[in-house]
Amino acid sequence: MLERIWRASLAPLVAAAAAIVISSIALLISGNNPIDAFVEMWKTIDSTAAVVDIINTAVPLYVSGIAVAIGFKMNLFNIGSNGQYLLAALIAGWAGAEVSLPPLLHVPFVFLVAMTVGGTWALIAGILNVTRNVNVVVSTIMLNYIAVGLSAFLLSEYFRDSENGGLVAQTKLMPESARLPTLDPIFEFFGFDFGERVDLLGFLPVAIALGIAYYILLNRSLFGYELKLSGMNADAAQSAGVNPKRMVLITLFMSGAVAGMIGLPFLLADSNFYKYGDAFPVTLGFTGLGLALLGRNSPVGVAAAAIVWATIEVATRRLGPLGIPPEIGKILQGSFLLSAVIAYEVVRRRNDAAAAEAAARATRESRTPPPTPETSPIGATS
Amino acid sequence: MSVTIDATAATSERPPLISSARWRVVALVMVGVAVMSAARIIADNADLTSSGTFGVALRTAAPIGLAGLSGLVAERSGTINIGLDGMMVMGTIFAGWWGWQYGPWMALLGGIIGGMLGGLVMSVATTTFGVNHIVAGVAINLIAPGIARFMASELFVGQQGGSVTSSPGNSGSMGSFTMPFLSGGDLFGWKTPDILGWFEDTGWFMIADAAGFMKGMTTAVTWDVVLAVSLFFGMAYFLWHTPLGLRLRFSGERPSAADSLGVSVHKMRYIGMAISGGLAGMGGAVLVLFANRYQENQVAGRGFLGLATMIFGNWMPAGTAAGAGLFGYAQGITLRTNPADLVNALFLAAAIGLALTAIYMAYRRSASGAGTVLAFALVTFWAYFAVKEPNNQLVFVTPYVVTLIAVSVGAQRLRPPAEEGIPWFKGMQ
Repeated sequence: MLERIWRASLAPLVAAAAAIVISSIALLISGNNPIDAFVEMWKTIDSTAAVVDIINTAVPLYVSGIAVAIGFKMNLFNIGSNGQYLLAALIAGWAGAEVSLPPLLHVPFVFLVAMTVGGTWALIAGILNVTRNVNVVVSTIMLNYIAVGLSAFLLSEYFRDSENGGLVAQTKLMPESARLPTLDPIFEFFGFDFGERVDLLGFLPVAIALGIAYYILLNRSLFGYELKLSGMNADAAQSAGVNPKRMVLITLFMSGAVAGMIGLPFLLADSNFYKYGDAFPVTLGFTGLGLALLGRNSPVGVAAAAIVWATIEVATRRLGPLGIPPEIGKILQGSFLLSAVIAYEVVRRRNDAAAAEAAARATRESRTPPPTPETSPIGATS
Repeated sequence: MSVTIDATAATSERPPLISSARWRVVALVMVGVAVMSAARIIADNADLTSSGTFGVALRTAAPIGLAGLSGLVAERSGTINIGLDGMMVMGTIFAGWWGWQYGPWMALLGGIIGGMLGGLVMSVATTTFGVNHIVAGVAINLIAPGIARFMASELFVGQQGGSVTSSPGNSGSMGSFTMPFLSGGDLFGWKTPDILGWFEDTGWFMIADAAGFMKGMTTAVTWDVVLAVSLFFGMAYFLWHTPLGLRLRFSGERPSAADSLGVSVHKMRYIGMAISGGLAGMGGAVLVLFANRYQENQVAGRGFLGLATMIFGNWMPAGTAAGAGLFGYAQGITLRTNPADLVNALFLAAAIGLALTAIYMAYRRSASGAGTVLAFALVTFWAYFAVKEPNNQLVFVTPYVVTLIAVSVGAQRLRPPAEEGIPWFKGMQ
């Protein structure tokens, strides 16, 4: 067990070290003291409020990472999660504010709309793939930009909240019944106090449930088995009776449906939003691609990646006034990601080579009897 | 007639109306001009094919075309370059920096160097370490904006007119070129006649439009755009007519065979990625030169648009250039004085073009294709009559929709390099 953890964390640790070295060089070149910068970052995150902040930041990132991880598991690169979630958030935000339902139905209704929109948008790429043989990377990239344009168009023409003058392009506020309460009271019940400034947003349980569902899907379901099999060896999967077209369609729909939820923490749980508008974060889908890569598509790995990502984001927020560019966080994240994908690949190849070597040795030993002095001629050295 | 067995025979399609590929292209261009001309006359909008519109279109097409060419070189050498959008971003920040410090020509050089750095970093991951090309490209795209922002905060903040999202502005601007005799350019201080301009003003069917196109291509074209256009010819010559170009393409088509003949596949893929990054970075520099400064998010997905043109152009320079021209035109008209009218007229042109395509496909007995295209034609006709005030956002999505249609209709005919995107190491089959 310990060895497994050590093996799994070796590559990320090397990557983290590389990222710190690269960022330190960047800081030195720009005339800042790296040690000061890292000390300041540590000070920023060394409080309960900061931890809550990190978790809140990590939750949508986690959803985004899981969304693309589902596709990555079968080598299906859903690059278009960004478009899927923007369109889903807009339509779910509009529909959620238009209807009035009791709380127990309202939240699931918003989920249903968001997941349907996200899934359907991703499914277009799936249908084009199975009927017209269009590469999924290509079609999802195109659909990304179509979704961006379409959602901007829909927002400005149809879904804009006209009541507050209609000057700001945003949807109506979500009614009370569609909002997820903060988790603070639960923690206060157990004696924790986060202070006035921060709230632990109510979407966290959904993210945890999503992670568990993803784990069960992958490891305890027939579909998950077929998914992983298709990813490892598509030909073998097909000869084992897995219908590749069906797999593409279902996987893309699921990936898109989860992507549709990326914007929901803001719509349903964040008091700064409760609506889709100009300030809505617009690149979470792309970030999710990086997190799925960092977390190796595993439910726990992506969670760790999301937390690391969010930690860097929160830690660098207050560097600006101290004269250290907060953009160093982007360098940290980026160099970590690039070093990690390289490190994973190196480790994978080394393991593959070791496994192949072991297999070859085993075959040699089982096939040919060990040479005896009588049968082997001039001392062969192999 | 030669007897050949091909896919068209199997699906009982009729052969093309014109058998020679060269004459097909000529016919296609003629039909294109006729369609645009007809739309101009029916919609009564001279600006649809004016030299001014085509001039702007060339300007907006140049960075898209460079991005497409960048993808083309990378993929021909065997690397799928999803990261070229990030390399363009690297190009913009370096171009903004050097353009501000040393002037426009150094902006161009800086852009090339910045993009090349991105290309080489990606090649370390994909070629040397064998990381999945999509994965590495995604990583580059995530990193590049971060690097740009970091550099901007270090370089531009606190400078006159500079901020974390914008450079202070280029020092000086690049000259431009106008063709003498055809478009009225100066020749040793003598103002030559403007022959194309005269034809353009006549308004004659097809002739005025062709003249407008040619005048737009030859009037006040800045030198960076001239360079971008000539790079298309240069790269086509390099890839198809030089030994190095052959080896480069060989590494993308059949790396193990290339290796067996003594070609260093890794070296070729590094060269391919260096050129690819340089072209993408130059595309970023062209954007900086147009805006006269670096701005955050200036690239705005043009790298992906470039990839789209490359696919649209079937991994060939001429096709990529055509795609870039088409998309550049769609973007360029939004910068003209009456974009809404122009877009409306363009709907008409697209509808006529699609209707003709549907008729031709019906002639070739491709029923499903004809039906699909006819449906698009009807939607576009409807848009022409119904949408009088088209939204800029809808124009923004046009290139992506066009590419999506193109790849769905023609995916079977597209032919990417055979072994692109597959990490290759010595000893592999």
